[in-house]
Amino acid sequence: MDLASLLLAPAFFAFDLLGLLKSIFVTPFADMAAMPDLLVQTIWEGLVSGVLYALIALGFVLIFKASGVFNFAQGIMVVFAALTLVGFHEKGVPAWLAVFLTLGVMLVLAIAVERVVLRPLVNQPDIILFMATFGLTYVLIGLGEFIFGGEPKQMIAEQLYIPRGPIDVAMLGGRVTFQKIDIAAAVIASVMIIALALFFQYTRIGRALRAVADSHKAALSVGISLNQIWVIVWFAAGIVALITGIMWGARSEVSFGLDIIALKALPVLILGGFTSIPGAIVGGLIIGIGEKLAEFYWGPLVGGGIESWIAYVIALGFLMVRPQGLFGDKIIERI
Amino acid sequence: MKHPLTKTALAAAAFASFAVPSFAQDSIYVPLLTYRTGPFAGSGVHIANGMRDYLEMLNQRDGGIGGVKIVIEECETGYDTKKGVECYESVKGKNPVLIGPYSTGITLQVIPKAAVDKIPVLSMAYGLSASADGTNFPWVFNPPVTYWDGASVFIRHVIQAEKGDLKGKTIGLIHLDAPFGKEPIPVLEALAKEYGFTLKLYPVPAAQMQNQGSQWLAIRRDKVDWIYNQGWGAMNPTAVKEAVKNGFPIDKLVGVWWAGGDDDARAGEAGAKGYKTLNFHNTGADFPVMQDILKHVHEKGLSQAKKEQVGENLYNRGVYNSMLIAEAVRTAQKITGKKAVKGEDVRRGLEALNITEARLKELGMEGFANAVKVACDDHNGHNKVFVSQWDGTKYVKASEWMDPMKSIVRPLIEAEAKDYVSKDAGWPKRTEPCEKG
Amino acid sequence: MFYRESGQFKKTYAADMAVFPILQDRIGIAIILFVAAVIIPLFGSTFFISSVMIPFLVFSLAAMGLNIVTGYTGLISLGTGAFMGVGAFACYKLTTIFPNVNIIIWILASGFFSAAIGALFGLPSLRIKGFYLAVATLAAQFFLEWCFVRIPWLYNYSASGAIQVPQRTLFDLPITGANATPVTRYLVLLGIVVFLTWIASNILHGRIGRTFMAVRDMDIAAELMGIRLLPAKLMAFALSSFYCGVAGAVMMFLWYGGGEAADAFNIRQSFNILFMVIIGGLGSLIGCYFGAALLSAVPLILKFGFPAMGIAIGSQTAEHINHLFVGSLIIFFLIVEPHGLARLWQIMKQKLRTWPFPY
Repeated sequence: MDLASLLLAPAFFAFDLLGLLKSIFVTPFADMAAMPDLLVQTIWEGLVSGVLYALIALGFVLIFKASGVFNFAQGIMVVFAALTLVGFHEKGVPAWLAVFLTLGVMLVLAIAVERVVLRPLVNQPDIILFMATFGLTYVLIGLGEFIFGGEPKQMIAEQLYIPRGPIDVAMLGGRVTFQKIDIAAAVIASVMIIALALFFQYTRIGRALRAVADSHKAALSVGISLNQIWVIVWFAAGIVALITGIMWGARSEVSFGLDIIALKALPVLILGGFTSIPGAIVGGLIIGIGEKLAEFYWGPLVGGGIESWIAYVIALGFLMVRPQGLFGDKIIERI
Repeated sequence: MKHPLTKTALAAAAFASFAVPSFAQDSIYVPLLTYRTGPFAGSGVHIANGMRDYLEMLNQRDGGIGGVKIVIEECETGYDTKKGVECYESVKGKNPVLIGPYSTGITLQVIPKAAVDKIPVLSMAYGLSASADGTNFPWVFNPPVTYWDGASVFIRHVIQAEKGDLKGKTIGLIHLDAPFGKEPIPVLEALAKEYGFTLKLYPVPAAQMQNQGSQWLAIRRDKVDWIYNQGWGAMNPTAVKEAVKNGFPIDKLVGVWWAGGDDDARAGEAGAKGYKTLNFHNTGADFPVMQDILKHVHEKGLSQAKKEQVGENLYNRGVYNSMLIAEAVRTAQKITGKKAVKGEDVRRGLEALNITEARLKELGMEGFANAVKVACDDHNGHNKVFVSQWDGTKYVKASEWMDPMKSIVRPLIEAEAKDYVSKDAGWPKRTEPCEKG
Repeated sequence: MFYRESGQFKKTYAADMAVFPILQDRIGIAIILFVAAVIIPLFGSTFFISSVMIPFLVFSLAAMGLNIVTGYTGLISLGTGAFMGVGAFACYKLTTIFPNVNIIIWILASGFFSAAIGALFGLPSLRIKGFYLAVATLAAQFFLEWCFVRIPWLYNYSASGAIQVPQRTLFDLPITGANATPVTRYLVLLGIVVFLTWIASNILHGRIGRTFMAVRDMDIAAELMGIRLLPAKLMAFALSSFYCGVAGAVMMFLWYGGGEAADAFNIRQSFNILFMVIIGGLGSLIGCYFGAALLSAVPLILKFGFPAMGIAIGSQTAEHINHLFVGSLIIFFLIVEPHGLARLWQIMKQKLRTWPFPY
């Protein structure tokens, strides 16, 4: 029905084939060449949303590496962390203290998840754990709304010294606007990735984490406490969530509407591989830039709005070619 | 013994449905379908508070309408059609005087049911534009204006600002990619032909409301002169933010009345100063009616709203909506001579609704709203609208009251209503006599 | 004591393989059907029928559809909502193009359209599974959702973009549209659901069902046993989408009565049905009913039941508690009983067989 109706829809009759081919393969590139400043701007916009997808995906990867759990709740953890931060501040807590209190809440959450969800479900099939995180998502939505109310909130960007305002750069015969906050988000994301890499490489806990990621059993046998490691990765994912929440919240607002956008992290993961931190970043950028370019240059062909699904289609096409992702480990299945 | 859980659940639900308290005969039951949860709660909460507070004020100050107490009951819809229909089914049996679905989706649901259940639908300036045709939709009312009127007033405003010449101009419509958002398209297309401007559409998918980067880039690419924003919920603050970010002249971004939340404009901070939205009532708390609400409702601690929210645009929208409800009930009481009116009476009341300037003054709403008149065949009235502008802290009136382009809108409405009715062979012919009003 | 099979001898293989081998089960089913078809229409209030029973049946059907692909075949799908939408739009197009054919035929036929789309989006399932497949089905969900808004042909170019359910009759009795009473709509729906459950039960107990389960338990082993994976998986997707499509069609035509269809079939609907399947029990038909009953009843009880009993909880609070409750319930069931309510039911039946003397 979908393809047939696409062809049957009169809007599509209006194109002759040559014109159609031209509008797919020629016009968009002509547009790009005609207004290079807009092309740069589009790529920059894509880059920025890509950074945010990548940050969410990063949370997924951290947890997946250490515990094999595909944490569907990562998106909602972002909202929850941001809401907690704003909620504390609304109660009159100074911003810096609110950040620490929120980190405390995320730690409590990590411990609670480990105790209540992960520990009893040890050794269950992956898919069961995956579904358990669906449950976690709903609990977090309910809890967040229960405590902070359902209405969207403004992020306390000013109090957190997040720079705002645009920087206009004249280039390529036009103007490209960079938002300071977007630059800040990109910088913070890079810093965080470097910090994580150092953490994994050089600290005791980081080594333990890598050991667990390689093999649970071997890690257990050399005396690494799995439960402790799980708390640590969930807490780390909580920190990532808080930072993502602050950045995203400052760009738009803090609301539960974000959970659907957070699903975009899934195609990012498929592109980058479930176990690779650089993969999450590169995947995020590819998806972010790809969907913006697609929407901007090819979207008008079909009436626009393709941004909502193009990421999934890119991922789907990619899956057919390289199921393990760009940087993922090769999947070897045993009978 | 069988299916213990199913049975328990069913029994509990059955209990729930039978145990609904029936209201005393001498009261007016006004169910309010509101949403204080979900992705659109940010706008919904203020409207809900306004609607509730005005009716509560009537109860406290006058003991109801015409001496009959109003029973106010909120039902949470979450702006979700399914929950809205549940609400409708649950209040249907309790003799509601009318239904205000407060969501275009829910309105579309209840429109076919209204005539069967004999409950009038009041979708104040939302819902199905075609339902302004009273001949085909005797049970549905959408005063004071339709989305199509709104779009025409927007164009009128642009004509004024551009000194009458729209030739060669590009006007964009950024809209929610849903039936609500697509409403103004036919009118804008008709007007584009008439005035010779280019119309560009920028749909925003519901899942992408907070991520409008590409739409605004396209707006920049197309060198759009004016933008009309048909958005709701999280889409509006994001649109304002993006406009500011992209350096779009903010006073050329005009929102439909639902894109006029105070929070929507606040999101753009200093840059949002000058943002425009259509409106059919004023903002502020200086009107006598607002003072009464503060005195009789807020000071007694009966309101869920904060004091400073009284007078905000969407709060006042709720008050305006409840005023229409109350006036419809009052008119129904006058026509029928009954005190405790029913849905059928209020349908007549809505049809004879004529709120004059004098009446507005009595209500303490002089300068708050303009006269509203509904007629038998015209269930909307196509009343006047003005443009309000964000001054950095609140919306202020920025234009005269303007008439919609009725000559363009009305034929479209009648054609669309005919089309709607023709698609359903079982659509009932109007049998209700007209009110002499 | 009453639920005991002593004295019931099975003399043929067919009797031994029957879906309800025990007499008491057959009596029980008969009683349930009698209650559903006679008692409820006679004594249920309008609210009970239209807001409790009808949604319950629609969701049961949708859950059945998802359970075929997720529970029986082990392929997780997050596109249920969209497949339901395909059914709804197919039914709408069919009945507006051919208004003289009975609507029930179109409701069932719309399932085939959904099945075709489902099989199309099931194609990647040959190469991928698990989370990867979940993402592939998300692509279906978002792409189809976009189509529902973007292709005006689907909703006959109406300005409101909504499906408008016309009045259709069965034996001169309106069964769709505003004039159809809740009881008629309920009875038609009940007939469809019972019929399709019967079909599903037969398919799933037969060769096809066993193929599905073999694929679920270990696809490579199944392949070695001579099951061709591609047809089996596509069949599962098609069958599942057929049920979802019919569920979507009845949802629009017998429950909602038209309206903003794209919105009704969004991703949240998909999640909701997935939760029903998880809580009800993966790989169990009766579980679909349990899950649908629980998840469609809980919000209603919280929203309407408690206030009616005099326990005042704000409408917002009810909504929040609902989220909390559903979430905790999912976690609880996965930990305590990963096979859901259906498994609890089975355990109870086992206990009942030997009650009151378990030894």
